[in-house]
Amino acid sequence: MNLAVRDIRHKLSRFLLTALGIGMLLMIVMGMGGIYQGFTEDAMSFLDRAQADLWIVQRGTRGPFAEISRIPWSLENRPYAVTGVASARAFVYQTIQREYQGQSLRMTVQGLAWPQDDGRELPLIAGRALGQAHYEMLADRILGLRLGDRVPLGKDVYTVVGITAGMVSTAGDGSAFFTVPDAIAIQYDTPGEAIRLERQTQQAQLAKQDLGNTQPFLRDQLPSLATALSTKYVSAIVVKVAPGVDPADAAKAMSAWRDVTVYPNDAQRELMLKSIERNRKQLGMFRTLLVIISAIIMALILYTLTLEKMHDIAMLKLMGARNRTVVALILQQALLLGALGYGLAYCIGLWVFPYFPRRVAVTHENLVQLALIVLAISIISSLLGIWKAMSVQPNEVLA
Amino acid sequence: MRATIRSDAPAVEAQSLTKVYGHGNTEVVAMRDASFQVQRGEVVALLGPSGAGKSTLLTAIGLVNPPTSGRITISGCPTLDGPRPLVNLRAFRRKYIGFVFQKANLIPFLTALENVQVAMEINDAPPRKARKRALELLDYLGIADRRHGLPSTLSGGQQQRVAVARALANNPSLILADEPTAALDSHRGRQVMELFRMVAHEQKAGVIVVTHDHRALDVFDRILEMEDGVLRPPPNGPSSRNAETRAQPA
Repeated sequence: MNLAVRDIRHKLSRFLLTALGIGMLLMIVMGMGGIYQGFTEDAMSFLDRAQADLWIVQRGTRGPFAEISRIPWSLENRPYAVTGVASARAFVYQTIQREYQGQSLRMTVQGLAWPQDDGRELPLIAGRALGQAHYEMLADRILGLRLGDRVPLGKDVYTVVGITAGMVSTAGDGSAFFTVPDAIAIQYDTPGEAIRLERQTQQAQLAKQDLGNTQPFLRDQLPSLATALSTKYVSAIVVKVAPGVDPADAAKAMSAWRDVTVYPNDAQRELMLKSIERNRKQLGMFRTLLVIISAIIMALILYTLTLEKMHDIAMLKLMGARNRTVVALILQQALLLGALGYGLAYCIGLWVFPYFPRRVAVTHENLVQLALIVLAISIISSLLGIWKAMSVQPNEVLA
Repeated sequence: MRATIRSDAPAVEAQSLTKVYGHGNTEVVAMRDASFQVQRGEVVALLGPSGAGKSTLLTAIGLVNPPTSGRITISGCPTLDGPRPLVNLRAFRRKYIGFVFQKANLIPFLTALENVQVAMEINDAPPRKARKRALELLDYLGIADRRHGLPSTLSGGQQQRVAVARALANNPSLILADEPTAALDSHRGRQVMELFRMVAHEQKAGVIVVTHDHRALDVFDRILEMEDGVLRPPPNGPSSRNAETRAQPA
């Protein structure tokens, strides 16, 4: 006869309510783990999507995922001079915030090297890949845009032609994908007034110099000359080497370039992880605290449940029940409470987590880890009750 | 410490039991030099005013509150020599002693049937066999129809009968009852006392009942009386039925 189950049956509603409370607590622990994992997965999805062997970034910087990196777009062609390079393409990565339909729209702008990359390898859940060189965009669903939405960004309007899922930056902003020229245009959008003022400044400066005075036509041509000669910048160049080529060999050759820094993909991955390290630690600490709090609450609940049964436990001892019978009564209740709490945490989590603003990636490993934590909590928290039950004397029945 | 009992030995034999609580100025002698025997099949009443030491004696021979000195032998098996156990007391209680109290002390989350069954299962009886025997006992005591009722749904008399069934579950050689009828009306009280008599005779168990209820003394084979921790013969002598077995220190 299982005494633990009989006792639970007797006070079922209270047990269920207690388990619900424990379940909610465990759900938060589970969610914390999921958010923690989500940070990592979001960060990695960017890198994985790029399928890069090498990252060429602004000299002295750690790349676009850690800080601002600007290198000339023209540098896209330089890696082809290195033996073994199969492809090189511009990578644009920039977070912007604009108004759209009265709402704040914050997004990470990414450039696709169209037409080689039209975004068809992105996790599209609706619509299609980019179909033309300009004025189309793919938006992650977290941005709340719909297919056909026309979003004014800078001086142009972009039509949403595809919706992606799970493309979120480490800061939690949804990504929007454009062709590289469009991404650059959005990134370096300058208001008309600012352009006019800049031109006036340039003309005034030219007028003060001999060149401007001796060649007055230059002053008239300055705007078009400035536009023609301006350099367009991207965040990085993504390089892929040919099969059988060691990326380190290509990186060694590129390391001679004084204007850029080259990182292997693994180094960029490490930098990416470092950039979210503090968030991960913060969540990890919070999660640890919640686990401790859960253990304390469970211990108090089990202790109270045991106190209520002290007379019955004394009676069982008087009848000659072995210690293991009493221990099993308390331990099984603790394990059942833990198991039910865990199950409820999982079910409630499945229902609630999709509504979280950031991805909650509850992995199989996380679930197993939490199950082991709950098992440990259940056992440890029952020790107080077991200790109390062991101390009761059979003759206390007579009290 | 393996316990071996003999079916031909007295159900319990107490020799010079003394129980002292506290030390020095706070020392209280709750029981002094109590000696007696109860045979199998014998029903013995233990009378005395409150504080006389009846419960101390009962819990001592029930192996839950060992004496300070003296020796207890149950069914021929020495169990306690002063406070020193000579057997595994808990295991011995489980197998050979049944308890009934003033309050039924049923486990509130078990049904009547389960309350009886659990006593056998903690004594390693297979669940099916334990259930069958529990049903038989409840039937024997006339409460089989209430077997699925929780203690809170049973009357005081029904609860006490379940407690008796539980005490009988493992066929104990000794049944100890501490004021089992105190919470019952006289009719129910007498029924319970007669039940003990029937059980003692049919199952060959020694029964010791602590009671204040003088109306049912004719049910007992013998009467012991305690006062100020000392066991003595009753002042008015035994009833006609138990005259020949009046209390005699062993």
